[in-house]
Amino acid sequence: MSNRDKNNEISPIREEISRQIRSNGVTRKGREFWRSLEELADTDKFRDYLHREFPALNAPETDPGMLDPNGRRNFLKLMSASLAFAGLTACTRQPDEKIVPYVKTPDGIVPGKPQFYATSMVHGGVATGLLVESHQGRPTKVEGNPEHPASLGGTDVFAQASVLQLYDPDRSQAVLYLGDPRTWGDFLGEFRSAIDGQRTKQGSGFRILTENVTSPSLAAQIRRLQTEFPQAKWHTYEPDSRDGARMGVRMAFGEFLNVVYQFDKADVVLSLDANFLAEGPGSIRYARDFISKRRLTGGSKDMNRFYCAESTLTITGAKADHRLPIKASQIESVAREVASQLGVSAGAPGALSAEAKKFAAAAAKDLKGASGKGIVIAGEHQPASVHAIAHAINSALGNAGATVVYTDPIEANPVDQAESIAELIRDMNAERVDLLVIIGANPVYNAPAVKDPRSGREVSFLDAMKKVATRVHMGLYNDETAAWSQWHIPQTHFLEAWDDARAYDGTVSIVQPLILPLYNGKSAHELMAAAVNEAGKTAYDIVRDHWKAQMGAEFEQTWKQSLHDGMVAGSALPAKTVALKADWASGLAPVKAAKQEIVFRLDPTVHDGRFANNSWLQETPKPINKITWDNFAIVSPKTASDLGLATNEEPYHATAKMVRLVHGNRDLSMPAWVQPGQPDDTITVYLGYGRERAGNVGSKLGFNTYNLRTAGSPWIAAENVKFEAGEGTYQLASTQEHFSIDTSGIDSDAFIAGDDLAARHIVRTGGLDEYRKDPKSVHHGAHTPGKELTIYPGWDYSQGYAWGMTIDMNACIGCNACVVACQSENNIAVVGKEMVIRGRIMHWLRIDTYFKGGTVNPEVYFQPMMCQHCENAPCEVVCPVNATVHDAEGLNVQVYNRCVGTRYCSNNCPYKVRRFNYLLYGDWETPSLKNLRNPEVTVRSRGVMEKCTFCVQRIMGAKIEAEKQDRKVRDGEVMTACQTACPTEAIVFGDINDPKSRVAELKNEPRNYEVLADLNTRPRASYLAAIRNSNPDLGGSKGHGSNHQG
Amino acid sequence: MAAEIEKNEHIDTRPPVIGPGHNFASLTQKIVDIVLMRGFKKGWIFGFAIVFLGALMLFNTIAYLVLKGVGIWGNNIPVGWAFDIINFVWWIGIGHAGTLISAILLLLRQSWRNSINRFAEAMTLFAVACAGLFPALHTGRPWVDYWLFPYPNTMGMWPNFRSPLMWDVFAVSTYATVSLLFWFMGLIPDFATLRDKAKNKVQKSIYGMLAMGWRGDARHWHRYESAYLLLAGLSTPLVLSVHTIVSFDFSVGIIPGWHATIFPPYFVAGAIYAGFAMVLTLAIPVRKFYNIEDFITLRHIRNMCKVMLATGLIVGYGYLMELFMSWYSGNTYEMFMMKNRIFGPYGFMYWLLILCNVLVPQLLWVKKYRDNLLVVFIVSMFINVGMWLERFVIIVMSLNRDFSPASWRMYYPTIFDFTMFFGTIGFFLTCMFLFIRFVPMIPIFEMKTLLPEAKVDEKKVEQLAEGRGPLGATPLPQFGD
Repeated sequence: MSNRDKNNEISPIREEISRQIRSNGVTRKGREFWRSLEELADTDKFRDYLHREFPALNAPETDPGMLDPNGRRNFLKLMSASLAFAGLTACTRQPDEKIVPYVKTPDGIVPGKPQFYATSMVHGGVATGLLVESHQGRPTKVEGNPEHPASLGGTDVFAQASVLQLYDPDRSQAVLYLGDPRTWGDFLGEFRSAIDGQRTKQGSGFRILTENVTSPSLAAQIRRLQTEFPQAKWHTYEPDSRDGARMGVRMAFGEFLNVVYQFDKADVVLSLDANFLAEGPGSIRYARDFISKRRLTGGSKDMNRFYCAESTLTITGAKADHRLPIKASQIESVAREVASQLGVSAGAPGALSAEAKKFAAAAAKDLKGASGKGIVIAGEHQPASVHAIAHAINSALGNAGATVVYTDPIEANPVDQAESIAELIRDMNAERVDLLVIIGANPVYNAPAVKDPRSGREVSFLDAMKKVATRVHMGLYNDETAAWSQWHIPQTHFLEAWDDARAYDGTVSIVQPLILPLYNGKSAHELMAAAVNEAGKTAYDIVRDHWKAQMGAEFEQTWKQSLHDGMVAGSALPAKTVALKADWASGLAPVKAAKQEIVFRLDPTVHDGRFANNSWLQETPKPINKITWDNFAIVSPKTASDLGLATNEEPYHATAKMVRLVHGNRDLSMPAWVQPGQPDDTITVYLGYGRERAGNVGSKLGFNTYNLRTAGSPWIAAENVKFEAGEGTYQLASTQEHFSIDTSGIDSDAFIAGDDLAARHIVRTGGLDEYRKDPKSVHHGAHTPGKELTIYPGWDYSQGYAWGMTIDMNACIGCNACVVACQSENNIAVVGKEMVIRGRIMHWLRIDTYFKGGTVNPEVYFQPMMCQHCENAPCEVVCPVNATVHDAEGLNVQVYNRCVGTRYCSNNCPYKVRRFNYLLYGDWETPSLKNLRNPEVTVRSRGVMEKCTFCVQRIMGAKIEAEKQDRKVRDGEVMTACQTACPTEAIVFGDINDPKSRVAELKNEPRNYEVLADLNTRPRASYLAAIRNSNPDLGGSKGHGSNHQG
Repeated sequence: MAAEIEKNEHIDTRPPVIGPGHNFASLTQKIVDIVLMRGFKKGWIFGFAIVFLGALMLFNTIAYLVLKGVGIWGNNIPVGWAFDIINFVWWIGIGHAGTLISAILLLLRQSWRNSINRFAEAMTLFAVACAGLFPALHTGRPWVDYWLFPYPNTMGMWPNFRSPLMWDVFAVSTYATVSLLFWFMGLIPDFATLRDKAKNKVQKSIYGMLAMGWRGDARHWHRYESAYLLLAGLSTPLVLSVHTIVSFDFSVGIIPGWHATIFPPYFVAGAIYAGFAMVLTLAIPVRKFYNIEDFITLRHIRNMCKVMLATGLIVGYGYLMELFMSWYSGNTYEMFMMKNRIFGPYGFMYWLLILCNVLVPQLLWVKKYRDNLLVVFIVSMFINVGMWLERFVIIVMSLNRDFSPASWRMYYPTIFDFTMFFGTIGFFLTCMFLFIRFVPMIPIFEMKTLLPEAKVDEKKVEQLAEGRGPLGATPLPQFGD
């Protein structure tokens, strides 16, 4: 058995037991010895002890501590190397069975050529169709499935990073009993006897806790279990509960329904704190549809108009034509105000500012004008009442059924999850539960405490759980909940096991595995099969058998087609005609005014904490504030100065002052991040940090904001909330300096006035009216030197291919999918928090964020920035060894082998898109991560410069293919990784010599411009200016002109 | 003798370039004694121990640097060059005084240079060695640095001749070679003196080898003089070219703050400025410590102060022109660069620079201060610091906020930036200590030419030849005495 197969950590449960057995204070010799090397006194002893015992479990690459020269983990790295040298088996996994080499290659497999399989990623219970690239059986890259309605080819950060999670060496690797490795057979024996004990009680002591489940086959299994054990209960809980939406739709229509928005048909959209471009089911599709109504290409001069009232500046709000920063608790008032303007009686709105009233009136007027072509969408974090009001407005305007479609719920078990988890905690606390099976969830970490009805005391999930005799946890990681369960079963990753799930519109998507379970994982299907005495059944049998029963006669054909397509054709749930309940508004309570409030949000990169150990996501700069590796309290500039938190004294560090958040009897000190656009007296915090047992990457990062939450107010804490300045400061790792994103004097550094930046014309923007009058108005004041202004003859690129790219800033939503896609495609190293602070992040593609128009409610613009592949590249001239040169097709290529590492090229790059391996950032050691690499891209060593290559490996692949067929590469045949990942098709790549190519057409758009063109660098990448469709009633000046007006 | 010296001296209120009371023998003895003395002075051992610790610090830093990578420094993106290149330019600048004193002043027949030229040349050599460390070690993969040389190879790869770094390789290596030759050639007659004066065998044989068979033959002198003059002629353009080419590293770049045509003259003046400041920084304590105030006199100090004042004014003019050009260009980036330089987050560095390089040296206008060694020493220290700051201002402050605001980022040095920098100072001083102890720091034979004895009266020589001179049968004094 290899090291890895052993348990990596003794669970606390074990610690408790052994503490009772051992005489007090006597520790083993080994620990004494190791303790002398202890450097971090405050870490959990057991954890450290075992990390030292099994150092191979430390993942060097994903470990930021690695780069700390004196780091504890550095020592461990050396330890693990010496153990390996000492002859311990390395960590490779040899198959148990005899292997047989190919005599004849199976059909369709060409060594060295990747294959793509359709599968689906289930996130928050909902499926997104994917195509996964596999190199000789190793999944390496995730793309969107263009056929799948939830993707249409686009992906999000989570899908892109999921492949790293698959190979994560910290994933749980063995069945554990009290922290000791056991076999699946051992578990089955115990599990059966525990279940048999329930048989006489009809399962009244049996509880199953899952996260959101839309899988028809898993649901069928659980239902079958429930027929065997009628008293057994199925609880559902995950932090991304979507309770507000679920309960809101029931409030409005009297039944649980699934809501599908059709943004491609909407001319006016009002978002009530909904971050629909980034969060929730269907967000990838919604982004595509939403942007399709804002595309100003091919002569179109029409855009939808988007109003967004929101409590935190999100990427959705950043795309708004009119954005209203407002407290989360006042969103309902805005909804009521809009409703009353439209003649929908939804109760009296609370007190609103004049600005908010104006906003509501304008939105209502536009919505009315676009009856049947408008959408009012409420945020998932908003209470049911706001959702109900939104549905009422949509019904009143005739949007329901047109742009807002209702179907049966996609969830197998639609419940009020807050109530569901509370009930479970109460039952456990009352010792009514003997057997608890947790599938996938991590409630010890993320479930809120509930009040015990008898004692009136708050009971946490953990306290209640300890009263359950048999606890079984199944999860990807040996996490906080696993630590307190007797049994832990490693769960399979979605790329490892068969499964199915429904997409946002109900489309059944089959999850096909691409690889055998790497770490002896079992799927939920297998666990449920074991519960009903079908332990031998594989997940494949279970899913297939389920659909065999559903698909009928032509099963084989349909099944094969469904696997190929990644979904069951035509399985989207049909639209339902629903009618608003007559008394829907009776449940509406008067809006309460809140003085100060805390808003909880899912983290844009680690979600609810489940991706905490994913270093790609940890290092992805969070949209807008660009912070990595941490969570923080987002504070408005005014609130910050009221509390004395302003970071003005030292704008050059991302050194944040601490703020103490008090919520009832809970409190938490966090670093304060001053963010323009945040409503005053509202502090937003992201969930998902402060994990204790996430793994080597994710543990002990940031602050556990779940501790501030209560069961009653999971998203908006408006009562008993107080902020005060905390003590000390905290270093945050920001990739864009706080002050620099400013074009309008947001920073105290007044001398960097907006004018200085505006005169650079890096971001060009305009208003729709102006654009209609003069499409070139966005370029006002900018200067591009003519090509004839040189005495040197230019290179002739007119023959062959000339690769180029356009990026539509009107379409870019700043979602980061491209950033992670690039990281995945190009084997880009993770550097860790310390190195990000030092300014050495390796991302080839970054999303620059620019603010405009004051700190209260600035406009936000996103500009993806990568190597611009200048025809007159300043980097090439200065390299002393010719390591960066130009090819005949216009690509600026970097020859890693030749690079000496003088960094002169980076110094001379006006876009600063080059990235230098200051240390050995690439992981050359961790065995599992070697499988993750794209074999077509070099893994860079230390001391060389690297940068965006326009995915030259993809270009070459397409050229070889085309040459074999004796033709030219067709337009669209080469898609860069960022392009394929982009949900809104903002990035287009192709041959600009082909006048019919999309990229050539886009370069002829009047909005097209090159960044810093006045330097005569002649970049091959160009940008399309961002246009806003503002309402003249609300002061149409917003968004007009180029950013001269700071 | 003394009376003769006084008589021969023309009326001059300036302090002499050589103290009174010296003749060939006393001069030789005084200089040779420093080298041939037995054992070591306590002060020397103490000082050497300290500076050698500095050198060890450098060696340790280099070992760690090669092992781990340049990431141990604080450089980042956008500031790809920081202490590494600042120190390189700083040391190269310091290295300019030696050649200037040796070559240009020789050609200009400024005989007062004779007592300080050896010293300044050695300083040049060690400064260039320190300078050379940085470009060699600042690369990500220093073991492939040889790719910068145009050597024949099977890959058919040439370096990029358009890159100023490439030019640097030639400029610096030529400069180092010529400086070494120049220094060594000048030493040959003195090594011969040492060989002749040495009492013990080891010294005799070592200095004998270094003297390369010098016998003081007239033909030797003849060849020596022409070769020395030739090398001086060769070095003279190098004084101008090296720093010109170093300045191209920046002015060829397109970064605002780098991209300026004024850089070559402004850099050369700065280099001479820095070089003289360093000579003074070293010479003032050394002349005191070794009691050689007779050889490095107030005259030398004054002259060097004047050179500093002149070059300092040129440098100040450079700063002024940078300001003017950024305004006159009307270019957004240039104007912002200047604004950022003066009022930006590193603004204090710019003001310190102005203080060190422009304001403080104005003290040297006053004769009283030029004669006050303490003041001169402090002023030259200010200039040493100021010249380092100038490179910081140019390199870091241009890179950290260039065209793309989203990439602006501050640079902070790490401990290794400092150990490397102070380590080179330690290494440099270690070399100086060894040089002073084992090599005559003042050219004996050149000093002798400044003595009145060297001024041979033609008539007397004739009389001598006829055997009826006042000196009777006394032979002509020999340089070897």
